[in-house]
This record gives sequence, C-alpha cells and structure tokens, in this order.
Amino acid sequence: MSANSAYNFAYLDEQTKRMIRRAILKAIAIPGYQVPFASREMPMPYGWGTGGVQVTAAVLGANDVLKVIDQGADDTTNAVSIRKFFEKTAGVATTTRTRDATIIQTRHRIPEAQLSEEQILVYQVPIPEPLRFLEPREPETRRMHALEDYGLMHVKLYEDIARHGHIATTYAYPVKVDGRYVMDPSPTPKFDNPKMDDCPALQLFGAGREKRIYALPPYTCVVSLDFEDHPFERTPIAAKCELCGADSAFLDEIVTDDQGGRMFVCSDTDYCESRRGEASP
Amino acid sequence: MYVAVKGGEAAIAAAHELLAKERRGATAVPELTAAQIREQLVLAVNRVMCEGSLYDLDLAALAIKQARGDLIEAIFLLRAYRTTLPRFGASAPFDTSSMQIRRRISATFKDLPGGQNLGPTFDFTHRLLDPELTEHAPVARPQRAEGGDDVAAPHVTTLIGAQGLIEANTGRESEAPVGDLTRDPMTFPSDRDLRLQALARGDEGFLLALGYSTQRGYGRTHPFAGEIRMGEVEIVFKPDELGFEVALGTITLTECEMVNQFKGGADKAPQFTRGCGLTFGHSERKAMAMALLDRALRARELGEEAVAPAQDEEFVLSHCDSVQATGFVEHLKLPHYVDFQAELTLLRQLRSEWAQARRTTDAAIVGHSEAAE
Repeated sequence: MSANSAYNFAYLDEQTKRMIRRAILKAIAIPGYQVPFASREMPMPYGWGTGGVQVTAAVLGANDVLKVIDQGADDTTNAVSIRKFFEKTAGVATTTRTRDATIIQTRHRIPEAQLSEEQILVYQVPIPEPLRFLEPREPETRRMHALEDYGLMHVKLYEDIARHGHIATTYAYPVKVDGRYVMDPSPTPKFDNPKMDDCPALQLFGAGREKRIYALPPYTCVVSLDFEDHPFERTPIAAKCELCGADSAFLDEIVTDDQGGRMFVCSDTDYCESRRGEASP
Repeated sequence: MYVAVKGGEAAIAAAHELLAKERRGATAVPELTAAQIREQLVLAVNRVMCEGSLYDLDLAALAIKQARGDLIEAIFLLRAYRTTLPRFGASAPFDTSSMQIRRRISATFKDLPGGQNLGPTFDFTHRLLDPELTEHAPVARPQRAEGGDDVAAPHVTTLIGAQGLIEANTGRESEAPVGDLTRDPMTFPSDRDLRLQALARGDEGFLLALGYSTQRGYGRTHPFAGEIRMGEVEIVFKPDELGFEVALGTITLTECEMVNQFKGGADKAPQFTRGCGLTFGHSERKAMAMALLDRALRARELGEEAVAPAQDEEFVLSHCDSVQATGFVEHLKLPHYVDFQAELTLLRQLRSEWAQARRTTDAAIVGHSEAAE
C-alpha cells in the first residue's frame, strides 16, 4: 500500500507504468537504442532526475530496497530528495548499502562495488543523444543511428587528439553497445565506463525531459570508443582517499582552505564507509 | 574536516520551513488569500492556467500564492497536478464564433458585423502609476454599450473568406484523435495540432520574443490582426457511454486570428494566409504572439524557405516550454563534482604536458643560440 493514499504506489498510475515498462522492454530488446516514451510531468523539475524517477517508479515493487545516489553519495541533496519521494509515495525500504539494494538510482556515478544479477541500476540522463552536440536535429541523429553512421563522432574524437593529444572527453564518454549503437552513458566520469561492460546487473537509462529510455541488459558488451593507436584510458587516480585509504576509487577533491589546501575523498560514500567499517575493529 | 555534504536531509527541511516563513512576509500585513489572487490578479491566474494547461482559477490562484508570485513555479505546480488527472476524452471543438463577446477588435476593418468592442483593456491607458490603487481604491462603474452583452460577431476571416480572399481553414485531414504531446513524445516534422498545443503551453516571453522577431524581418509574415476576441465559450463533451453531447460549462478564451500575406500559384489564385492563437482566459499578448508563430511555423506547408529561428519548428517547439527550460537551466545548481573533477584531472594533465613541451622548445632554442655563439 502506498504511504500516501492520495497517489498510486510509487506516484505514477498503473497505465503510465505499463507504458514505461513497454518502453523498457523494447529498450532491453535493442540494447543502446533510445526508445521514445510518453514521459510524464513529475513533481520535481526536468533535469533533476524525472527520467530516472519514472523508470524507478515503473520497476519498483513493494519488496524492493532502494538506494539513491548523486555524485556517488547518498547524502547529496537531490539524492535525499528522490529517496524521500519514494519513501513517501511507495513506502519501500531504502538503504545506503550498495550490496543491500535491489534498485539503485544514480546520477553521474556507478558504484565502486561490483553489482549483482539481482540488482537494477537506473541512470538519470540529461541528454540521451550522444550525437546531439555534433548534430542538433533529432530526425538527422535518428537517421545516423539507423544507418550506423558514426563517422562524425570519430572525426570529433580525432580532432580532440589532433588538438590536445588526447580524447578530451572526461565524462559522458560515448560507448558502443553490443557492436551496434553508440550510446551516451549519461554524464558519469569515463572512469566508470569499464564498469558498464559485462555488468551482471540490468542497467536502465531514463531521460524525462527528452522523453527517451534506453537499456543495457545484463552481460552486454560495452566498449568505449577509441582508436587503435589511442586506446581508451581510464582516468588515472593519482591520490588516495584520505578517509579510507582507497587508491583505485574515484575521488572528490575537497578544497579545505583558501591557501591551496585540499583533500581527496571517495566519491562513493558507501564504498568509503564500508572500507572504514572493515578497517576499524 | 569533511562535512560539506552531510546533513542534507535536515538542511532541506529547514530551507523549506524558511521558504514558508518568507512566503508569509511580515505578519503585521494581512495574509493574502487565494480568492483575492483569483479575483484581483486574474491575468496572472490566466497565464498560469494557460501555460499550466489546466483551466481551474482556484488551483491556479493557489499555485501563485504557493509560488510567492513566481509564475513559472506556479505553472510547474499546476502541471505536476494536471499530470495525475485521469483523461476522460477530448471535448467537441470550440465554436468561438458563438462566443459571448467581452472584447472584440479588428485591425483590418473600421466597422464590421458585431462592431468593435474594447472591453477591459490596458490599451490607450496612460501608464502613469496610480497612487489611489495602493489601498482601498474606489470601484469604477463602467458604462455599457447600447445593445448589451449579446453581440453576434462572425469571424472576420469568415467575412473575407466568403469571397475566397483568405485560405479556408483546412480542418483536420483525418478522423484520428487530435495529438497530445503530454501523452506521446513529440516527433519532427510535427503536425499543426501538436504545434498549436506546444505553443499554447509555451512560455509567453519566449513566444513574444520570437513573434517579435518575425516582425523585424527574421521570417517575416506580413501580419494584420484580423481579429482578437475574448469572452465565454461553452465547452461540450460527448461521453462514449451516453452517445450524445452534454454541455460541461463555459470557459473564458482569447482568440487571435492573424491575416497574413498572400499565397497562390499556377493552380490557385492568390489568397491571404492565416495564423491562429488561442489561450485560456484573457491572455491577449500570448494569443497574438502565438498567432504570429503559428503562421511562421507553417513555412514548410506553404512552401516557404525556413531561414529564421521562428520558422524552425524543432528549435521553437523544443525550447518553448518554460517548465522544461527552467528545470534544465536550474539543474546546473545540482552538484556536478565528479564531472568537474574528471575535467580538472584532464585539464591539469594537458597543462603539465603543455608546460613540458614549452620547456623542451625553450631549451632547444637556448641550445641553438648557444651553439651559434
């Protein structure tokens, strides 16, 4: 039963959920393909996770355990807001522990911990079209996807190398899915891209304002675009987390004073806390 | 110590309490009621209903109060409520020619059947602040025109259409239900029904600026305000289970029909073309801007070259919604730490490579000049 009886379980009415589930099923059937869906107006602003929230609402069941992160952290304000939304409208259990969650809604990060087959990772997506900044027109980008015409993207990456010596894309780094569709992984740092490949969990992507859903079924091959002589490189992590000592996790840089002082800490708060918990007796 | 993002939950709750307090303002001043907003700020209410796509004066007034007068926020509140409402079906098309006229003007004919009716308008007021209005202003008692309220006013476009001078309203080509962009994602190229729906929900300021741009030569359409009318129209609905039409009530609408420059060809004599604007309540500026844009967006249909922003449907329709626009612009307030960190890492790397390359070059130059000495 919904905790707030004025609204249906998880806010959306069942017809809407059915419509979204159909889009999700289609997305799973064609990995990396952007499925248009009749995105609803949600009681939170566009660009603040309305796509992710709709996907989560459509797949959420009464026995699910939900985790919501933003920037890898459970306690960032928008993650708090979305978690409370589902606590209120669905009455489901929530957690900050990655391994306890059955559904994880995320913005900008993939958890450091290995996900399992029992889990669904829901991404919030602002601009689902990886070609959008190269070609602003939707009919044109749809045509390019249909014809697998990704030359423009390779030219862009090549120009980066010519200008900077590197592919100068550090987040929302485009990937090729199952050897077919070029896909935007949402604005996660490219550090996270390898985690998408062959992932046991189902990965769902929701873009509310742009009205698109796409998906990566479990164990899908996801390859970050690169060149033979300029292979994809994961962003190197040069520091250690000053709280848990992790040396291979994505770190946030915290400015501690105006004298150039800074410290590095894990962006994934649950990962960091778990490590600290295990380290202490 | 690192505490920056901790306590988000408590901070959010406290911020919202502060908002509620500031909304109330100084408690020595009486609290505004939603009914006062509905009656005395009715043009704001109209705008919120129009862009919120929901005709409900009381809810729109409540939304304005809750939003502290921020109309886009109020529109958002109304939209988020509207989206939860069940859809029973679509009404029969409005017959705006049978409107109970409260205002009706034409800029194309000095006099015409039904006459010119100014109605409640800011036009011709001198924009001088009126200190009397600060509080307890006396209520005016306007004179009524002879003939009273029952004005039979056929559309100007019908009058000139009788002589074939303006294109006929083509109506819908198919019997398919009218599109609804809140139920199906927009695709391009779009049909006129969806374009008009998007424009009716579109931000008044955005439509105004783009309509204005067509007047300044960016997609010029040579418009005349054939007619602007405002008044009450009956809304009629035919429920499937009854099989006959029932009147649900009346709503206030503003309609603007622009008469635009001719079109013709080898197979067709030249005719004026049309642009149409229709809004909830008295929203004249919006209706006029909408009519300009509707016409400009028919470029493809009328075989015109689309060169200006106002003629570009994907540009106009993808960006005219204030709720979408404000959400995405304001989402920049949300944390972007991890992406920014990824950029910082790359930028530092590029800068150090640049400095190293620079040192190598400088050393080579120094070495070269030393060798030359």
